[in-house]
Amino acid sequence: MKRSLGPFVSLLSGVLFGVGLVVSGMTSPAKVQGFLDLAGAWDPSLAFVMGAAVLSCGAFSWVARRRGAPVLDASFSVSESRTIDRRLLTGAAVFGVGWGLCGVCPGPSLVSLGTTGLWPLVFVAAMAIGARAETAITLGLGSRTATPETPI
Amino acid sequence: MLSFLPAVVGGALLGGAAGLVYLLRGRVAGIGGIFGGAIATQSVDGREGRAHRLFFLLGLLLAGFGAARVAPSALGSPSTPLLVVAIAGLLVGFGMQRGSGCTSGHGVCGLARFSTRSLVATLTFMATGFATVFVTHHLLGGPR
Repeated sequence: MKRSLGPFVSLLSGVLFGVGLVVSGMTSPAKVQGFLDLAGAWDPSLAFVMGAAVLSCGAFSWVARRRGAPVLDASFSVSESRTIDRRLLTGAAVFGVGWGLCGVCPGPSLVSLGTTGLWPLVFVAAMAIGARAETAITLGLGSRTATPETPI
Repeated sequence: MLSFLPAVVGGALLGGAAGLVYLLRGRVAGIGGIFGGAIATQSVDGREGRAHRLFFLLGLLLAGFGAARVAPSALGSPSTPLLVVAIAGLLVGFGMQRGSGCTSGHGVCGLARFSTRSLVATLTFMATGFATVFVTHHLLGGPR
């Protein structure tokens, strides 16, 4: 019973998340770039989006941590990594450049697939290629030091 | 002040959705991780993890289809040529995979869990985002 609810929760959360992106203005690239344009007519509203999102997500996270385990699944599947390395920094830096170029980040691009426009298809396809390329490069570099028998 | 109301309501909604995923399913609702996991050849956490990601993505699409009918003006388009859109998509995909997160994964879920990694990542992509818009909008005199 508990387990069968899982996919429904995932679907409903996806819908709510998407509606939140639309209501907040994140699906408007012009508005996102307005926030990133400190030297222009700066639009601070996305700071409010982030602040409200962190607070409401934080409230749920706090309850979740106090319970010690999630309600439906057996355990948390969360990275507990604390290392701040070059991968994190260069990845985030490249991400920010792409985000600033068009004012589009992953969530809004996927929501925009619901329109008839061509650009979301182009963006999402490029995003998939970029992500797969990164994985390929990382695995390729790793395999040089690993023994050939090691499964990656 | 009232103009910030949609920002606050929308933010609380998407943060609440991410929080629900964490409380009920113990997973981080970072779009980068969900998308990256969905397009990977192998699922790192079995069939259940894959199903979660596909259902969540389906939910995002449904929201998009709904918004396109109810509030089409809320779904804008970038003012840049498609070639730039493609380049931006490549960089966003590459960066989120390398940095293990995006605006939602680090900027919302990570900060909500007081993750220092996520704070550093968020400050970094904000900084390069600000810098990029400064270059395209002011130095190159791009879209205004």
